[in-house]
Amino acid sequence: MSAGLWARPLPRVGGKRKAVSKAASSESSDSRGLTSAFELRHNGLRWTRRAVHIALLVFLVVGALGPLLWLARAAITPTQDTLRTPMAFWPHGIAWQNLKTAWVDLDLKLYFKNTLIIALGSWATQMLVATTAGYALSILRPRYGQILYGAVLATMFVPAVVLLVPLYLTVLNLPISHTNLVNTYWAAFLPAGASAFNVAVVKRFFDNLPREVIDAARVDGAGSFRLFWYVVLPMSRPVLGVVSVFAVLAAWKDFIWPLIVLPDPAKQPLSVRLPSLAPVTELDIFLAALLISTVVPIAFFVIFQRFFLRGGLDGAVKG
Amino acid sequence: MTVTDTAHRQRRSPLTWWRGGGAGALLFLLPMLLIFGLFSWWPILRTGVMSFQHTNLVEPAQWIGLENFRNVLHDPLLPVAIRNTAYFAGLAFVFGYPVPLLMAVIMSDARRLRGLFSMLAYLPVVVPPAVAVLLWRFFYDASPSGVFNSVLGKVGVGPVPWLESSHAVMPALVLEATWAAAGGTVIIYLAALVSVPPELYDAAEADGAGVFRKIWHVTLPHLRGIMLITLILQIIGTAQVFLEPYLFTDGGPDNSSLTVLLLIFNYAFGSTTGGGDYGSATALSLMLAVALAILSFIYFRVTRSWSTS
Repeated sequence: MSAGLWARPLPRVGGKRKAVSKAASSESSDSRGLTSAFELRHNGLRWTRRAVHIALLVFLVVGALGPLLWLARAAITPTQDTLRTPMAFWPHGIAWQNLKTAWVDLDLKLYFKNTLIIALGSWATQMLVATTAGYALSILRPRYGQILYGAVLATMFVPAVVLLVPLYLTVLNLPISHTNLVNTYWAAFLPAGASAFNVAVVKRFFDNLPREVIDAARVDGAGSFRLFWYVVLPMSRPVLGVVSVFAVLAAWKDFIWPLIVLPDPAKQPLSVRLPSLAPVTELDIFLAALLISTVVPIAFFVIFQRFFLRGGLDGAVKG
Repeated sequence: MTVTDTAHRQRRSPLTWWRGGGAGALLFLLPMLLIFGLFSWWPILRTGVMSFQHTNLVEPAQWIGLENFRNVLHDPLLPVAIRNTAYFAGLAFVFGYPVPLLMAVIMSDARRLRGLFSMLAYLPVVVPPAVAVLLWRFFYDASPSGVFNSVLGKVGVGPVPWLESSHAVMPALVLEATWAAAGGTVIIYLAALVSVPPELYDAAEADGAGVFRKIWHVTLPHLRGIMLITLILQIIGTAQVFLEPYLFTDGGPDNSSLTVLLLIFNYAFGSTTGGGDYGSATALSLMLAVALAILSFIYFRVTRSWSTS
């Protein structure tokens, strides 16, 4: 069960870079795992191993993929079919119009747009905070930087639950300006920027950039802004990619925070809106709505899978 | 760095600070200072204050000492919520903890299929949790023609009233939560498994070890450090479980899936209880956080000697 999901995925990048470098070395010397080529010459072990792999494949296809395949099928099946024979392998009639009905009649396009705005805003906030903070703390290094960095890291030890209510009251009435952000997208995505994990990951990446390049740029007369924009950021694409994909996916998946700060249904993202649509929607249309809400994150994952799965897989090959 | 800095401090003037790029650094730190200040540091400080106050957002907050804590501790629902949360965490440990480990060990030995395996395992993780719960709520339909019940009916079991029975509800929630989350842990273990030095396996083989002995004496010891971390992170995560009980059953039936975080949510935002009790919500959040901090501290003290690094 995922520590990585319920908590923030702490061990990911920290452990990963080490794992990647080690993987590279073991890959080059001799690629072997639990079983060796020598052992596999024994027929018994070879067949057992193959059987175990096939069993795992079946388990994953049925267990992990199964519910999603079922959803894909049920979303284009008329309600009566789904209710009468929920496990029928193939639908009697295909109802493609379910998807269109969900998109238009349930006003899914509005909630889809809201989700997109929140995800993009959350991404932009996190990128802005993480890159500027990482740059200042790692490259510019003001004297008080260590203290600030400590204050950032300390927030990692405060569980998210503790902040829920005080954060809500803060958003309700911002200090100094006394603005109320509830029912605005700002409330949904600005707090996402306060991610100590992002700052730590980006700062550590900047720490490892070649000093000679940065010093050379400084000697050539680049100011802090030019150094940041034209030298440091272009060299940091890998880490920016990792932070980006996790930021977008986390925003797409978020539920409790937008539920609290966006009570206006017209502002809500899909995750928040779907539960209240459930009791008032025809089953097949609702399942179509669930499918539409899942397709984007899954496509996103398939496209950027190397960022998610890189924990030592092809990370050794491509950095 | 700090030593030389203090030595130079006297000679620094605002002008040299400006020329040395001090203003630039501050400018770059501005987004972080603003966002962390408003949405992290300030709410953290506020937690401590608010738990000793009565706030209804209209009148100014009043200091009421420990009354919030007293209210929470006297709430008859608190022991129920704690018991349910511990039960959830326990079930998640028994069922959810070994599964990713086993999968990762098998996957690490697969060469060509490893990419496909890890992609399939991770797929549920990217499904929005609200969507996953709504889908599974339908799977758990209590009628004999419900998705799971119709499968179980073929082997003569059931129908099980999954979410409507106070006995079955927690295991049902844990099953969905495991499905949704296992993939993330699999990837963490896989990353650690790639770094097992192949020489260790070679050596174990030379000593005549079979597959199971290699797992027991090489693979698992290598994973010990990361297993200890994923375990405490899982405990901390399951102690804060909210989405499943909220969306599946809203704490029911008969409070048998009411968790601590759901209780906090109900104090502050609940529709049935009226909500608005921000003081009690903060007090209970604080107690949960302190309990988790103490637990983690003890955990790391006790397990320090087991960890490999």
